[in-house]
Amino acid sequence: MARLIVYYAHPGHKYSHVNKYMARAAGAVDGITFVDLYRDYPRFDIDVNVEQRRLVEHDVVLFQFPMFWYSTPSIIKEWEDLVLEHGFAYGAGGENLAGKQMMLAVTAAGPDDAYRHEGYQHYPIRTFLTPLEQTARLCKMHFPAPYVLYSSLKAPAAGLVEPHVDGYVRLLEAIRDDRYDFAAAERMNVVHFDTLPVGEEG
Amino acid sequence: MDGFLLLAFLFLAAGVVAVPIASRLGLGSVLGYLIAGIAISPLLQQLHVDVVSIQHFAEFGVVMMLFLVGLELEPRMLWSMRDKLLGLGGLQVAVTAAAIMGIAMLLGQPWSIALAVGLVLSLSSTAIVLQTLNEKGLMKCDGGQSSFSVLLFQDIAVIPMLAFIPLLALPELADMAVASAEHGGEGDHGSMSLVERLDGWQRALVTVGAIGLVVVGGSYLTRPVFRFIAIARLRELFTAFALLLVIGIALLMIVVGLSPALGTFLAGVVLANSEYRHELESDIDPFKGLLLGLFFITVGAAIRFDLLFANLGGVVAMTLGLIALKALILYALSRIFSITGADRWLFTLGLAQAGEFGFVLLSFTVASSVIPTALAQQLLLVVTLSMLLTPLLFIIYDKLIAPRFAATGSRQADEIEEQGSVIVAGHGRFGGIVNRILLSAGFKTVVLDYQSEQLEVLRKFGIKVYFGDAMRPDLLHAAGIGEAKMLVIAIDERESATELVRYVTENYPHVYIVVRALDRHHVYELWNAGARDIIREHFDSSLRAGRSALEALGVHPYDAERQVRGFVLNDREQMYQLASVFNPDIPAHENAEYVEKTKKFLERYEQAMRGTSAAFGSRLDRGWVPPSLDDVEAEEQAAESGQREDGETPT
Repeated sequence: MARLIVYYAHPGHKYSHVNKYMARAAGAVDGITFVDLYRDYPRFDIDVNVEQRRLVEHDVVLFQFPMFWYSTPSIIKEWEDLVLEHGFAYGAGGENLAGKQMMLAVTAAGPDDAYRHEGYQHYPIRTFLTPLEQTARLCKMHFPAPYVLYSSLKAPAAGLVEPHVDGYVRLLEAIRDDRYDFAAAERMNVVHFDTLPVGEEG
Repeated sequence: MDGFLLLAFLFLAAGVVAVPIASRLGLGSVLGYLIAGIAISPLLQQLHVDVVSIQHFAEFGVVMMLFLVGLELEPRMLWSMRDKLLGLGGLQVAVTAAAIMGIAMLLGQPWSIALAVGLVLSLSSTAIVLQTLNEKGLMKCDGGQSSFSVLLFQDIAVIPMLAFIPLLALPELADMAVASAEHGGEGDHGSMSLVERLDGWQRALVTVGAIGLVVVGGSYLTRPVFRFIAIARLRELFTAFALLLVIGIALLMIVVGLSPALGTFLAGVVLANSEYRHELESDIDPFKGLLLGLFFITVGAAIRFDLLFANLGGVVAMTLGLIALKALILYALSRIFSITGADRWLFTLGLAQAGEFGFVLLSFTVASSVIPTALAQQLLLVVTLSMLLTPLLFIIYDKLIAPRFAATGSRQADEIEEQGSVIVAGHGRFGGIVNRILLSAGFKTVVLDYQSEQLEVLRKFGIKVYFGDAMRPDLLHAAGIGEAKMLVIAIDERESATELVRYVTENYPHVYIVVRALDRHHVYELWNAGARDIIREHFDSSLRAGRSALEALGVHPYDAERQVRGFVLNDREQMYQLASVFNPDIPAHENAEYVEKTKKFLERYEQAMRGTSAAFGSRLDRGWVPPSLDDVEAEEQAAESGQREDGETPT
């Protein structure tokens, strides 16, 4: 069993269309750790010792958040700034995260085809996520393809919330049960609820 | 009685008229009193006033002054200054005294008189120099600091000098003194002493015992006594006790045959670390000031102008010679101690005069039959004249020397002002936390509180607290409001806090005030009094309670946080607006503007409570509210059709 921790961050939790359902479902999955960062640290006073201990005690670290201005909600940046200390996460003696997985589950308001050089977002979504990808690399962590939902604001009308949430639960359970094919995921660009590289049951 | 009132009126009037004029002319208060004395001396002669006996009475001001000097001297501070104090100060006094003694002996004086004259003239004028340095803002520069060290050493050196001078007594002068004492029946000074008939070893024992009594009593007895007095809650009782303390110690010292100045100085040092230091300081200070003023007036009144005019050339020559000699020695010392540039000249010229302690020592030397009266009269003129010339020396420094060094740029950069301290008035639950936070961040604080039970407890925890009512301007002054950066007002009395704000904003506009308000109306009163950083005492805890309640009701903690922040923003805006129309002279309900604004806010409250407006948190929530689906479609189409947008909307 892989030890999985989900960090959820959404400052406008109650206005969310998709993330709050994902969070609720993730919180109900047995045998994983679920952390709502804005709930634990409403005043941003992140407890570095607690967080580092959590990282040490888990094999897979998954950040779930909506993309805001091509980046994470601010608390995740604060968390990185404080928790990923030199000597803990990287640099001399900073081997604590080596070999672990850092995964993302993000929602984006723009449609799939906007995240192309011809599209209005001009760059593929992975480009916007490179700061996290490189963070993982510096910490000697793996960075499998992120779990993505495009056109998130339209998802309720399009009936895509439920399959995305179900897919999220399958993803989390697969990771927990060592059925998630990280090697395959690392070769992929992004994963969706219908392209999850999940192995056979059992 | 009438005679006493007339005399008191005369002395006070002379001082009140002359001192401000002297200060305006840059001559300092000491010279002002001297001039006042000179001015009224014909009147005093007409009235047949015994100036010398008044002077003896006024000398008690010196005893008080040394008590205050002692209070200012924490042993730790003395230790940190020891190099400059002993080196610079010690050499200045020793070399100057020796040089003057040598010259006096060359002029044919016997060695004992020459030595006494050397000691008297080696001192400089603490009163004039410190006041001038403070006024010109030169205290922190190297020259100012060095001057201060020397003056401090001189002040302390006066004590052993007072003890030492009687040993130089000339037998023939002493005989004359005894004879005149027998005639005048003025022998009470001697008869007070209990140790005269004792053997040497018994005398030593009594002396050690008396000093021990002062040290031990000062350390252990003052606190319970103060606590006892505090029960009565009468301010004048503290003054009475402070006077009692000083007079009692002086008496004890006289009884055992020691210098009263030494005893009170010692008591001052012992009490320098006590929480009652500022209280004692501000109680004694006015008496010291008045008595010293009286002392200088009597010195002025006793100046023999007939002597001056009889020997004008001689006195002027001696004065100029003295200033030149002292300046020369100071200059040499400044080279040895590498005081450079303009600082060297400040040091050299600033301390070249003789000082007010010279008067004290002179009258003491005459009383102890060390110096003949005629010579003392001449020296008095020399000391006075040299002090009169001091402002001139400072003018030379200001106009000729400082600009030169400033122009060539060789003057050292001024040292950065040391971190101004914070005064915390009231060390209860509120002020205590503020104080702890300030201390933990490394700031220096002076805490004032007047509940002695509270003080006892705090002292045990090693917190430095002083006894005193922050409402007293003199105490606030003693606590250093003049140099303080900030005043934290956490006293319980509502009106007192407001008054304190008004007083400090008017008199010390440089002091930043943080003040606790008891309620909303108190906020308006404080605002009106000039405070701008006002903290309601229960506001923050109420907010946290509200937040806790929201969280317990299932509101997401971050939403609860923003809800409360929104409430604060809204409330603050309301406070500003109401404070601006609040008028302490009009009851709130008769203030039309105030009532109007309050009504408007109440309406908004009601809407918020019914949930018909976006509640208080709206301003903080705006960023997270996603656009409507229609907006999204329209924007996407616009973007697709070539109008690039860089924004991303939240999901």
